[in-house]
Amino acid sequence: MAERLRPVDAVTIGVGMTGSILAKELAAAGLKVVGLERGAGRDTVPDFQSPAMHDELRFAIRKSLMMDTTRETMTVRANVDQTALPLRRISGFLPGTGLGGSMVHWNGQTWRFQIADFIYRTRMEERYGKTFLDPDLAIQDWGVTYDELEPHYDRFEYLCGISGKAGNLNGQLQPGGNPFEGWRSREYPTPPMKEAYCGALFRRAASELGYHPFPMPSANLSQPYTNPEGVSLHACVYCGFCERFGCEHYAKSSPQTIVMPVLLKNPNFELRTGCQVLRITLDNTGRKATGVVYTDAAGHEFEQPAELVLVTAFALNNVRLLLLSGIGKPYDPRTGEGVTGRNYSYQTVSGVDVFYDESVNINPFMASGALGTIIDDFAGDNFDHGPHGFIGGAFIGANMSHGRPIEFHPTPPGTPTWGQAWKDAVIRHYNHTVTLLAHGSSASTRGNYLDLDPTYRDAWGQPLLRMTFEFPENDIRMSAFVTDKMLQIGRAMGGKTVAGAPAKRPYNATIYQTTHNTGGAIMGADPRTSVVNRYLQCWDVPNVFVIGASAYPQNATYNPTGTLGALTYWVADALKTKYLRSPGPLVPT
Amino acid sequence: MTIAPSVLPETSDSAHSGDALAQAVTRPAAIHSQPITYIFFNLDEVEFIEAAVARLIPADDRWPGALEVGVTNYIDKQMGGAWGAGERLYRSGPWQAGTPSQGYQLPLTPAELFRTAIAAINKELAAKGTPFAAMTPANQDAYLKELETTDRDLGGVPAREFFAHLWEATVEGFFGDPVYGGNRDMIAWRMIGFPGAYASYYDVVDKHGIVIDRPPMSLAQDAMGHVHLDPNIPPKLP
Repeated sequence: MAERLRPVDAVTIGVGMTGSILAKELAAAGLKVVGLERGAGRDTVPDFQSPAMHDELRFAIRKSLMMDTTRETMTVRANVDQTALPLRRISGFLPGTGLGGSMVHWNGQTWRFQIADFIYRTRMEERYGKTFLDPDLAIQDWGVTYDELEPHYDRFEYLCGISGKAGNLNGQLQPGGNPFEGWRSREYPTPPMKEAYCGALFRRAASELGYHPFPMPSANLSQPYTNPEGVSLHACVYCGFCERFGCEHYAKSSPQTIVMPVLLKNPNFELRTGCQVLRITLDNTGRKATGVVYTDAAGHEFEQPAELVLVTAFALNNVRLLLLSGIGKPYDPRTGEGVTGRNYSYQTVSGVDVFYDESVNINPFMASGALGTIIDDFAGDNFDHGPHGFIGGAFIGANMSHGRPIEFHPTPPGTPTWGQAWKDAVIRHYNHTVTLLAHGSSASTRGNYLDLDPTYRDAWGQPLLRMTFEFPENDIRMSAFVTDKMLQIGRAMGGKTVAGAPAKRPYNATIYQTTHNTGGAIMGADPRTSVVNRYLQCWDVPNVFVIGASAYPQNATYNPTGTLGALTYWVADALKTKYLRSPGPLVPT
Repeated sequence: MTIAPSVLPETSDSAHSGDALAQAVTRPAAIHSQPITYIFFNLDEVEFIEAAVARLIPADDRWPGALEVGVTNYIDKQMGGAWGAGERLYRSGPWQAGTPSQGYQLPLTPAELFRTAIAAINKELAAKGTPFAAMTPANQDAYLKELETTDRDLGGVPAREFFAHLWEATVEGFFGDPVYGGNRDMIAWRMIGFPGAYASYYDVVDKHGIVIDRPPMSLAQDAMGHVHLDPNIPPKLP
């Protein structure tokens, strides 16, 4: 029997980026907030310090900051005719665990989505006609527009201190920035990072081909910065231990370096770590949440009553928690009915290696997670898809984030997989190779979705999440197109050998691609095709808000975190100015 | 930076004349005469795995290979520790074979997998009369290639699965930090020019194409004492 605790105004399920920002805003507004974090508490000091943090084996290979798959994982399959099996280790995507969540181990690539991304179906049908889209595509409009989110993008970027160069200030194009981006109300808070050698080589070739290179917007800061909350970050030192690691230098934006110091000082907030939320409890109408049930690290079960439940876990866990709690009708791919689990999307990535002469020292280990030079010419809505027969696109760039040798030891095609010839090739190419990346969109389809697995369970006896996913044919065609463009740039970069291949079926959940798992609790204007309304409020249970990339109706070209930061402040604004004044549905049904 | 190793492998065939049943086997290692004390692998397993990694990443006239830098020591310590016992491995049934896209689906821990597969290999080769360690290098390579590319049964472990585990562990031990027992003297890092656990390249990241000629640094050395203390950020969580 769960021990019933004293009621609070709000509870966050997960204390990562979205949970810490929302808790900070609500605690400052006078609400009593409890943050429940499944993992451990941790901070830059002492937990992320060198020399221990510079351990490739422990953090990058063994994934010690990630979800512990001994206790919980998810099952995967390509389609409904297969039996889903558990990912017995995670490697294809890496949800974090512990205070700060995945924003502790991220790379820091901090993008805005395009204006067209938020009105994706409308815009694609307007531009190319209704018959242009593959019939299996389930893309939708978001129910919120870029113009509405712009102030919240701005606020998030200034919270993080993002380093970059604006390409469009209030409609005026700016030299050196991304000429394709949506308008910005002001310049980035800090200037771009230094350019790495791989970026300089890419910039020269891309410029010669008539493209528009610019520096990747980065949460690894180019200079010291104090944010509007009064929290200070340091400059990135390009140590090359970024993604999969915590930053020892206070140089990567993460909850610990942007908001946690303020949040933890507020007596209205209580952090509880080691707390696994099992379900959201509903009253007998099923229309109101009464709180959550969780177990602590010692296995004791508690009921935490709360007026407001903020679901702020990793995207996949948000969806699983809704399914475990019976919130929203589960999506059925056979009928197309139901909402929870609908429109799971991912990211469509491909790579190209440019192998140089031995005289060219790339020094890939002088790096950072978001140190990149990029072109946006083939992203999203930035070019005419009419002749090509697909929607979506990719940014292409050189953003080598590290030279850690267990993971990185490139060899040209035809090299034996082991033995003396392999060793010779690794020696020859390690410091003389540039890797390019095409980071592409992921269209939602009727067949890609999330539900609860009928067989496999976690350490608490609850069903695992089941992921049914295969790359849509549209995205396979998109990847072939952008990878061809990337190969052309690679050949213009002066390497001796250029090799790469587009994304291909089958999707392989064991090969790392990105941790950009999106959808499943999507936002929209219609309760029949979305779980949450434009304020990320559950249509069915209005005192539950679900904040995560789980809200994305499909995934855009870019890394999802910048947009999630904007949505988080958008929700914070709606809670403070609308919901708390008059709790109830913010959008009539 | 060219710090070629001066010491090449010694032959290591005379050290295990003692109790063949002993679990802790001490063998002279290849460079600097530093012995490896095996805590997990038994003598028969050591025979195979030392010979196998010596072919996977061989020594040549410039650089030692996997055996010489202590890769088998690394694998031994991993198998004898938490990783071998299934750290971070989801181990609930039912067990069934999946697609390659679904990943590892055997009920065996890494330690069980190594032990099972090596026992099957040694038994099979004993029956044929020539243990792996006694084969010619060419025959050893052909045998390893077969493990890599077939699903031949090794006591319930598909050969391809065992090879993948062996290769992954070999690369980890070769390129990983020396604190884990492989990559002795950071030789693999010197070989490719990876400087190791340095804390900062701020001053040189934009000096494109420079030659980095300082010696590599291991976790065992403090990376320049880089510890920041920011008074605005509480050092302990509540």
